[in-house]
Amino acid sequence: MNLSAAAHPGFLSPTGVEITFVLIGLATLGAALLTVTTRQLVHAALWLVVALGGLAVEYLLLTAEFIAWVQVLIYVGSVVVLLLFGLMLTKAPIGRSPDADSENRLVALGVALAAAAALVWVVVDAFRTTWVDLHGVAQGSSHATGESLFRHWVLPFEALSVLLLAALVGAIVLSRRDAGSPGGATTGAGSPADSATGKEQS
Amino acid sequence: MSASVLGGTQLAATTENLSFFGNDVWWLILLKAVFCFAFAMLTVLFSIVWERKVVAWMQLRIGPNRHGPWGMLQSLADGVKLMLKEDITVKRADKVVFILAPIVAAIPAFMAFAVVPFGPADNEVSIFGQRTALQLTDLPIGLLYILATASVGIYGIVLAGWSSGSTYPLLGGLRASAQMISYEIAMGLSFAAVFLYSGSMSTSTIVGAQHNRWYVILLPVSFLVYICTMIGETNRAPFDMPESEGDLVGGFNTEYSSIKFALFMLAEYVNMVTVSAVATTIFLGGWRAPWPISTFWEGANHGWWPMLWFVVKVQLLLFFFIWLRGTLPRVRYDQLMKLGWKVLIPISMVWLMLVAAVRAMRNEGYDFSKIVLYIAGAVLVLLLISLLADLLRDREDKKKPGEGGLLAPPDRFDPMAGGYPVPPLPGQQVQRVPRRPSRAEPQLVGASGQDAPEQEKQEDGDA
Repeated sequence: MNLSAAAHPGFLSPTGVEITFVLIGLATLGAALLTVTTRQLVHAALWLVVALGGLAVEYLLLTAEFIAWVQVLIYVGSVVVLLLFGLMLTKAPIGRSPDADSENRLVALGVALAAAAALVWVVVDAFRTTWVDLHGVAQGSSHATGESLFRHWVLPFEALSVLLLAALVGAIVLSRRDAGSPGGATTGAGSPADSATGKEQS
Repeated sequence: MSASVLGGTQLAATTENLSFFGNDVWWLILLKAVFCFAFAMLTVLFSIVWERKVVAWMQLRIGPNRHGPWGMLQSLADGVKLMLKEDITVKRADKVVFILAPIVAAIPAFMAFAVVPFGPADNEVSIFGQRTALQLTDLPIGLLYILATASVGIYGIVLAGWSSGSTYPLLGGLRASAQMISYEIAMGLSFAAVFLYSGSMSTSTIVGAQHNRWYVILLPVSFLVYICTMIGETNRAPFDMPESEGDLVGGFNTEYSSIKFALFMLAEYVNMVTVSAVATTIFLGGWRAPWPISTFWEGANHGWWPMLWFVVKVQLLLFFFIWLRGTLPRVRYDQLMKLGWKVLIPISMVWLMLVAAVRAMRNEGYDFSKIVLYIAGAVLVLLLISLLADLLRDREDKKKPGEGGLLAPPDRFDPMAGGYPVPPLPGQQVQRVPRRPSRAEPQLVGASGQDAPEQEKQEDGDA
């Protein structure tokens, strides 16, 4: 890989890569802004797709192709599709929704700026003294990512999966029908089937 | 120790293989890209005619036979006809998304072809004096790329259903999104077993790792799961609920006409070709010659010949698609979801665990018979547990007959149960509505009476 990369410089010069990185970053920022400002519900979800896709392109430009395609697969391909699915189950209207504005714009702006500042500060502080060895193993490959994820960062990884489990249990609790309701069929004969029917009905 | 050495050589082989890619001249890359596009298009044109012919033979008809020899140009004629039709944009539609949806559906379908290998990876073929591999590019994570493009393709269908501003397309889009997301999970799990065995996610390395035995023999369960999920992913019969013409008029593409509709059809068929090509690549040995040929003919796996084997395998898989469509009736939606979540995903999970266990034991240096013993033991224990669970569940059911009776539908049929008009449940009888006696006077058929023709005329006038 490294040999071929050295032999073949690629289509973009280093400066070209940086310029593209900045341009796509701006486009991603614009799409993110449109996500929170547009009055059309489904369009907001679609702008979110553009923003997440822009992030994937940024990862590609940083040669982290594993992360990039996983970003497309998980966020663009699953999370936002589920979001759209939820929107359509509630009869997502075509056109503007007048009640899409919660009139908390200033508060939201403040929270967003504070979160961004905290994230930037944490990342800058954490990696200020870290040097990336460009001539060693490729850093963005699946091999390197897997090694660092399952060797150095196993605990946060597992903690995240517990978070997902909590979300799953929460969804089941929410979609479960009341045991006391007259039509409730929660006899314990098959709880997965019950939760499934509950989901279909909700 | 031996395992680490093995892993090291495998990794070295991977890097070596992949270093061949990305070194082509620009016109060669362009040529390969055009070839991938043309291959997909031609296969689609052919497979539409073939589908209609095969289904016709299965139903003892003749099939298309007017355009070209044996009707081979039928799909070309269909395409031209669709282009010349009026392009309607529905008034209540969301215009931008309505136009964008067919494009979003069609483009990702073609993209997956970029990483499909048509031939060996070590620059065996010479095109205009340039030695190159018969593959557009090879990513180290090629199969993830294929999964990602497939998941982007869902958007076309979902957005088409939503943006039409009409009920049936919306229902079709909903069905499509739920179906494709749930089948994608099982598909990813079936890929994972292949990753474990080949030690790589790049398509060329996976084909290279099958030189001894195809993965369809080594990982039969993964192959079966993939076959099920690939039919679900492409919305083909018997899993074609998103476009079932019986209950949804046409599903997500009801409001589409002309070239936009053609793009949806194109996307569906290109997706068929793509998933067949992927199945060929990861399970059926890719461009490798089938077994008896490769034993007596050394050159079968070199030069341009691999392309022939690849095309033959893809066509056989396409025939399998058509065969299924001609044979099986459409399943119900809850059956589809049950198959996806309660059968395919658990089976592929357990299978993945088994494969991982075998791999780990081989890495630890156990010999083959011991591995077989352990795995057979594990399978037996699993079977025993499931049998016991089944028995216990049966007993519980027998203990509470009253609850089963509660769940059973009441004998009397209430046509407005729950406030909505509902059909009768199984076991319920619809009460017969007494028929109103006919108001017309009974008359004899034929020319016995003189007034009969006059009455008919009057009725015509009324109508």
